[in-house]
Amino acid sequence: MTVKEIFETMDYGTAPESAGDALAWLVDQGDRFGHFINGDWTEVGETFESRNPATGEVLAHVTQGTPADVDAAVAAARKAQPKWAKLGGHGRARVLYALARLVQKHSRLLAVLETMDNGKPIREARDIDVPLVARHFYYHAGLAQLMETEAPGMEPVGVCGQVIPWNFPLLMLAWKIAPAIAAGNTVVLKPAEYTSLTALCFADICRQAGVPKGVVNIVTGDGRVGEAIVAHEDIDKVAFTGSTEVGRKIREATAGQGKSLTLELGGKGPYIVFDDADLDSAIEGLVDAIWFNQGQVCCAGSRLLVQEGVAERFHDKLRARMDKLRMGNPLDKSIDVGAVVDPVQLETIKGLVEGSGGEVYRAACDVPEGCFYPPTLITGLAPADRLMQEEIFGPVLVSCTFRTPDEAVQLANNTRYGLAASVWTENLNLALGLAPKLVAGVVWVNGTNMFDAAAGFGGVRESGFGREGGWEGLSAYLKPHAKTKSLATIAAHTGKSDPVEDVLDRTAKMYIGGKQARPDSGYSRGVFSPQGKLIGHVGSGSRKDIRNAVEAAQGAKGWSGTTGHLRAQILYYIAENLEARAAEFADRINAMTGSKQGKAEVAASVSRLFTYGAWADKYAGDLRSVPIRGMALAVREPVGVIGALCPDDVPLLGLISVMAPAIAMGNRVVLAPSAPFPLAATDFYQVLETSDVPGGVVNIVTGAHKDLAGTMAAHLDIDAVWSFSSTDLSQEIEKKSAGNLKRTWVNNGRTRDWMGAEGEGRAFLDQATEVKTVWVPYGE
Amino acid sequence: MQTKVDSPAAQLPQMVDARNPGMELDLDWVMSAQANTSAIERRCATLPGRRSVKKDHQAAWLLRAITCIDLTTLAGDDTEGRVRRLCAKAKQPVRADLLDALGVEGITTGAVCVYHEMVPAAVQALEGTGIPVAAVSTGFPAGLSPFHLRVAEIGESVAAGAEEIDIVISRRHVLSGNWQALYDEMREFRAACGEAHVKAILATGELGTLRNVARASLVCMMAGADFIKTSTGKESVNATLPVSLVMIRAIRDYYERTGFRIGYKPAGGISKAKDSLVYLSLMKEELGDRWLQPDLFRFGASSLLGDIERQLEHHVTGAYSAGWRHAAG
Repeated sequence: MTVKEIFETMDYGTAPESAGDALAWLVDQGDRFGHFINGDWTEVGETFESRNPATGEVLAHVTQGTPADVDAAVAAARKAQPKWAKLGGHGRARVLYALARLVQKHSRLLAVLETMDNGKPIREARDIDVPLVARHFYYHAGLAQLMETEAPGMEPVGVCGQVIPWNFPLLMLAWKIAPAIAAGNTVVLKPAEYTSLTALCFADICRQAGVPKGVVNIVTGDGRVGEAIVAHEDIDKVAFTGSTEVGRKIREATAGQGKSLTLELGGKGPYIVFDDADLDSAIEGLVDAIWFNQGQVCCAGSRLLVQEGVAERFHDKLRARMDKLRMGNPLDKSIDVGAVVDPVQLETIKGLVEGSGGEVYRAACDVPEGCFYPPTLITGLAPADRLMQEEIFGPVLVSCTFRTPDEAVQLANNTRYGLAASVWTENLNLALGLAPKLVAGVVWVNGTNMFDAAAGFGGVRESGFGREGGWEGLSAYLKPHAKTKSLATIAAHTGKSDPVEDVLDRTAKMYIGGKQARPDSGYSRGVFSPQGKLIGHVGSGSRKDIRNAVEAAQGAKGWSGTTGHLRAQILYYIAENLEARAAEFADRINAMTGSKQGKAEVAASVSRLFTYGAWADKYAGDLRSVPIRGMALAVREPVGVIGALCPDDVPLLGLISVMAPAIAMGNRVVLAPSAPFPLAATDFYQVLETSDVPGGVVNIVTGAHKDLAGTMAAHLDIDAVWSFSSTDLSQEIEKKSAGNLKRTWVNNGRTRDWMGAEGEGRAFLDQATEVKTVWVPYGE
Repeated sequence: MQTKVDSPAAQLPQMVDARNPGMELDLDWVMSAQANTSAIERRCATLPGRRSVKKDHQAAWLLRAITCIDLTTLAGDDTEGRVRRLCAKAKQPVRADLLDALGVEGITTGAVCVYHEMVPAAVQALEGTGIPVAAVSTGFPAGLSPFHLRVAEIGESVAAGAEEIDIVISRRHVLSGNWQALYDEMREFRAACGEAHVKAILATGELGTLRNVARASLVCMMAGADFIKTSTGKESVNATLPVSLVMIRAIRDYYERTGFRIGYKPAGGISKAKDSLVYLSLMKEELGDRWLQPDLFRFGASSLLGDIERQLEHHVTGAYSAGWRHAAG
């Protein structure tokens, strides 16, 4: 076209970014890659092709890892880890700082390579992915520097196995590697097979940055390599980002192995638009929510919920906006929507949309040949429609209307996922009132897809657990420095069930919904002193008692909305009422255990209640320093309903050590008290009843832990399960928790000193809370 | 969809489309207008990175920008001689050899914009060119002279041959939420303009909030403005991308509801060729290609042309240019 013709048409033309330097880098590497293990490249093995999805051209040949490769990488990481940890916070900070600087130095190469390998628009790779990568290393250089003073008593977990997805190849690498190595761990990372190239380029950068050999190891290949990493017995921690389906398998596969695990999985993020929102801005937000990275974003705002009164106008505006989107060569700087990562993914998207009801609108933009899918809006769907529930992972937005704020919350939370949500309204009361009600790890007010290293990112429900970014992200790569021993199973004492003379029969019941309830099984057992003397009876809890207790706990949702001050008062009141009966409880403990520790245990219990009474109004979260004009609030929210198997060895203190932090933070609990010594717990009902604890907040089901653990772990309406049982149930609990991917905190058959400092504190508070990051940009 | 505009007075909206007759003041609509500043700023901050116009396309776009310039002099020391020089530049804004090299001819600026006293000189200098003369009016820039004089000033300028009148609104009506007063004032200004087309200067830098900008934009369009314009160039903050986005979204809403296209004129502070490309892409993205014509889009600018000329020479020769190689205005 001549200038004169363009003057008439006013077309954009093309503005391609040069692929030259990236292609030259690939040629320099021989277009063939081995793994990066122990600071060096391995021989190229059996390879697979890495293709540019936009053109289909083969970019490089990448080695398919073998179990032997994984062994070698883990061995290198293991060998390097102690020295890397010993280097100290400042030493590691220097290396992370060098990585940040080098990422910036090579920013254009990384961006172009990412776009070629993944298909995302160069604008996104250049302006979003790569700057966030550099930011992540800068931020974590800072965490490394401060860790020793700010996280005392913590140490690195060890060797981390990390498996990352193809949608943000380099960014997810940064989110995994930066906190791990900042904390003093070493890593074995597997990039997704579609997108290995920037990880390999990063390996090159590690060498330039002076990362010691073996600290960062990268093994390429398909899911089999991931499985080998996850299952490897010398891996201490597994971190995975990817689909919920694979995440669930990883949870099952690692059950009982004592591995720390974080999962960042799928989502179906609600994008809520109220009638008083700036509708044009909300529509522009949707462009960044669902047409960012072709919608291949776990936290995409993929589920539009729009208030009825403005729905038609909003959809009209949205369709007009969609028609303005430009699809095409991802290297073109004026492209909004690039290529889907792989033909397999394209077929998945097509299949899901083809089967859909509702009214399907495809953007009127030109769709290039090949691996491209047009921006699509499906209106008129209801929650019951499949596409309102299932993650599409493509540029497809589904929409449904709502009437009231409460209904918006109800629809938003009507999902198995809980990763991110957006709320659009000009009413601050509405926005900030809604934020705590949305079941999600991240809430954006009048915005979407905002990320920063200082702000935690991660999900609840089947979107996984663990956070990336912030101190909470670092904590996933640390463990307390504690010496533990193997925990022996404590058996109940036995004896003869002779009636106790001159004593009125007292068979303890369950404590459910604020009432004492008979065990559903109708069975009870005798509780005996070490000398075999019968000292009481206790109900044998079963799965139905757990079911009832969970129902009661779910019914007590109001507790989570109470103030910290109120919860503190109740905890102090429990302490007061417990102390009033201190002698009785001490005698009971001594009678059951045969020890003389009863008095000390009651005193410790009172103190512990005070500890969490103190914490109840002091652990609400904090404000994060993020690069926007606005706030990012890291809110500590209760997890929900926590099922816990209490320690067996300290019958009263164990129960209180578990219950108090949980309810202090606003959770409701279903507790299985010490199985061999249950009567301190059953006596405790009366303390609860006289201390203004609302019914359903604390529920106690006595019985053998092994009979209760499986039901708790598999229960889909329990949000977390903790186990400190002396019966080793860790594997069963972790395995069965995969059903709803509830959080688990298990002892792996190791001891904990309940009378000492390990028995209370921040570790408990962290487990009792989820960090929800609420982004509130502001300014008029 | 492209409406080709090639009538002799192509710069005047009323020559192409039916002119906006205005409508009753719809306060429900006005009060429902929202503008989320942070979101608007994000959109504006990322737009330059989302749209890139290069090479021949860039040259063509810059030429288009020239045709949308209201070449302006609004200084206390303006003389007729100065205005004649400006008009000469408006008629031949780009060196002939550069236009030849680009294969384009007949490029002029959109209009010449002057104070009332300079209107006759400008009209005379531009006679037969089809380039309209725009007069700033109604007690420009503050708009605080007696109302009857402000209305009379419009009539004087129209009588003197101005085909476009750039009025200033009473900011106090916006700041005190007196939308009816703003509407009535604008209605009278419009009536006084007669056939001349009227641009409403909102002085956005003095309106306090983007929400006020959105609401004032709607009220002025309802009262019959042909164009809405950001600034006088005399406020401390003049045209910005966020303000522009708010105003052109209001224009879009007005078009969607009434079917009448209102023009947009950012004024003040746009001095770089690159900025003009961003503004054009903003118009193209938010309103569409129809709004890339001088009858619906103008830059109020005095030094922008010089930078565009240098960029065009760079495009033609490959060498960076110098200001003195291009004719002064």
